[in-house]
Amino acid sequence: MNGQKCCTFVGTEEQAQKLKEVIEKHKNQKGALIPVLHEAQEIYGYLPLEVQKMISEGLNVPLTEIYGIVTFYTQFSLNPKGKYKISVCLGTACYVKGAGAIIDKIKEKIGIDVGECTEDGKFSLEATRCIGACGLAPVVTINDDVYGRLTVDDVEGILNKY
Amino acid sequence: MELVRSHVLVCGGTGCTSSGCEKIINEMEEQLIKHGIEREIKVIKTGCFGLCALGPVVIVYPEGAFYSMVKPEDVKEIVEEHLLKGRIVKRLLYQETVQEDDTVKSLNQVDFYKKQFRIALRNCGVINPENIDEYIAFGGYSALGKVLTEMTPEQVIDIIKRSGLRGRGGGGFPTGLKWEFTAKAQGDQKYVACNADEGDPGAFMDRSILEGDPHSVIEAMAIAGYAVGANQGFIYIRAEYPIAVKRLQIAIDQAREYGLLGQNIFGTDFSFDLEIRLGAGAFVCGEETALMTSIEGHRGEPRPRPPFPAVKGLWGKPTLLNNVETYANIPVIITKGPEWFSSIGTEKSKGTKVFALGGKIKNTGLVEIPMGTTLREIVEEIGGGVPNGKKFKAAQTGGPSGGCIPAELADTPIDYDSLISIGSMMGSGGLIVMDEDTCMVDIAKFFLEFTVDESCGKCSPCRIGTKRMLEILDKITNGNGTMEDIENLETLCKNVKASALCGLGQSAPNPILSTLRYFRDEYIAHVKDKKCPAGVCKSLLVYTIDAGLCRGCGICAKQCPVNAISGERKKPYTIDTEKCIKCGVCMEKCPFKAIFKNH
Repeated sequence: MNGQKCCTFVGTEEQAQKLKEVIEKHKNQKGALIPVLHEAQEIYGYLPLEVQKMISEGLNVPLTEIYGIVTFYTQFSLNPKGKYKISVCLGTACYVKGAGAIIDKIKEKIGIDVGECTEDGKFSLEATRCIGACGLAPVVTINDDVYGRLTVDDVEGILNKY
Repeated sequence: MELVRSHVLVCGGTGCTSSGCEKIINEMEEQLIKHGIEREIKVIKTGCFGLCALGPVVIVYPEGAFYSMVKPEDVKEIVEEHLLKGRIVKRLLYQETVQEDDTVKSLNQVDFYKKQFRIALRNCGVINPENIDEYIAFGGYSALGKVLTEMTPEQVIDIIKRSGLRGRGGGGFPTGLKWEFTAKAQGDQKYVACNADEGDPGAFMDRSILEGDPHSVIEAMAIAGYAVGANQGFIYIRAEYPIAVKRLQIAIDQAREYGLLGQNIFGTDFSFDLEIRLGAGAFVCGEETALMTSIEGHRGEPRPRPPFPAVKGLWGKPTLLNNVETYANIPVIITKGPEWFSSIGTEKSKGTKVFALGGKIKNTGLVEIPMGTTLREIVEEIGGGVPNGKKFKAAQTGGPSGGCIPAELADTPIDYDSLISIGSMMGSGGLIVMDEDTCMVDIAKFFLEFTVDESCGKCSPCRIGTKRMLEILDKITNGNGTMEDIENLETLCKNVKASALCGLGQSAPNPILSTLRYFRDEYIAHVKDKKCPAGVCKSLLVYTIDAGLCRGCGICAKQCPVNAISGERKKPYTIDTEKCIKCGVCMEKCPFKAIFKNH
């Protein structure tokens, strides 16, 4: 699912400090790993190997186990996301109402496939599971903005806003 | 307590939030201040009203005026006309509520609400979910008080058993029995857990309950804790539901502050607390053993049962696991009694069920109906039928684990057992309506793509079997299938169903089996005639230009991305079917409607 792409990891001192605090907070909790990974992804935007190593040392959990978990759950990402994260809902209601054509149009417009990020880092594209806004199907979200009741013709206008 | 003359309820469910209810609320508050009436009128952000198709929705009480699809620029008019002068803005009302004599009819007279019966959704769209006082004012936490001060754990379990409540997460296991097993299990430590990992595409019942009435789940979990002897609970919720997570956390904090969670609740020696655990996007975690493995902090892979969670659950301790909607029913059953609850519904399925109505239907949204209501009543009366004059073809229930119910069986009463007997299942409550433009083979493929993607890979029948099933479906929808493929597909389905480790794998073949059962002719059309009757499967489509209608303008040729269209101006153009990629742009752009897709 996540195409392996090479990218150098740049983390700040501040981020590392935050991560340390998160690890400290959860350290003695049962089943702490997944909550820590959630918060680490909040801090860094994704979970590169470097971050996984820090968590491995902090929680005293083998790196293999962490990698296994990160790659198991779709919410966790090994790659950075674009500045604008486009998510096209492919839940049943959206699919029945033509989400397939919408995602094709977006791919054509920004020239990347699902799971990829544009070269300038502006857009990344994801196909998501049902976001539960079935009344508005088909639905696309770009970061926190939600666009509903879409047709293929709306795609260009929406992308131009970014 | 403050006195206000009007209440303005603005729906703050995910549907309406997506269509911009925040802007409505801000604008409303600004306008009220501008006119100096902010003390007389109270704006409340509630949970889901159910009619998501009409969002954002605003209801003004005491009149009960139901404004639909409200835009921020409409708010000024509502404030100036309705709230200031007392004149309802008819233009913005949900048209169904306006009667012939121009008066407004009450909401429960409207087709969408008339047949509904709200138990699990009783407070959704009525109270402010972020204010515990409103829940308490509607009778909240009185069931917990009654249980802790007047009843023994055995009496509580007896009530749940007598109510006939069955698990609303899909399986339909009798809830009271589950409680009894957990209560009787030996263990120094027990847990109560709530499955809020609602992963079925097209299902949003649990999300709406958590967003609209989170305390009902908290109260029920505390009651369950008392009944089975647990002092710690976990709510496992999808991270994709940020609003629900936030409101749930607020509700837990408020309950703690009021002493309704924590040490010595209601001054008794019962202590109970709750923790939220976020899912991370794995459908299989909705399966009970996988969910618990995930809470423990591992890859969410299921394990064989027995031992059942009631005996060995979280960290090897007896654990009671129910889903959100099941819990939401509990407080009402305690306060109104098991006889009241079991008087609703059918012989073996008591109470109500919430469905998320979606797809090709006019009134998409959330509905709660007594068990035994027919599919036809839901689709045609509550849902308002299929739009654009199209024909109702089938309804899909149970998501990737369920099946398609054809229109001929629309009079089947909806309950656990009759749905299983026709090859579908209740599931958690997604109900997607399909019309004549939906290809049933394509829908089966859609669900298989989902299960292939979500299969955890632990057992081979699911990991490999679903993949092979998808490959056959691919072959069929590409026009390369044979009759033997259909037979092989059916055999494979039966084998996977019989041999997969968990519910995900065992039910993964259902979408194929049910479509093969009711729409076999569509599969055969794909194989023998190389045609997709609904005109969905791209490889089987042929675009042609009607020579009689074509004026030779050349627009289609210019638009075609692969130069598959050629011709001379003012003469009919033709499409080279070898080159054509079936994108449909030509058909869309033709000003004379001279291009057709044949299937």
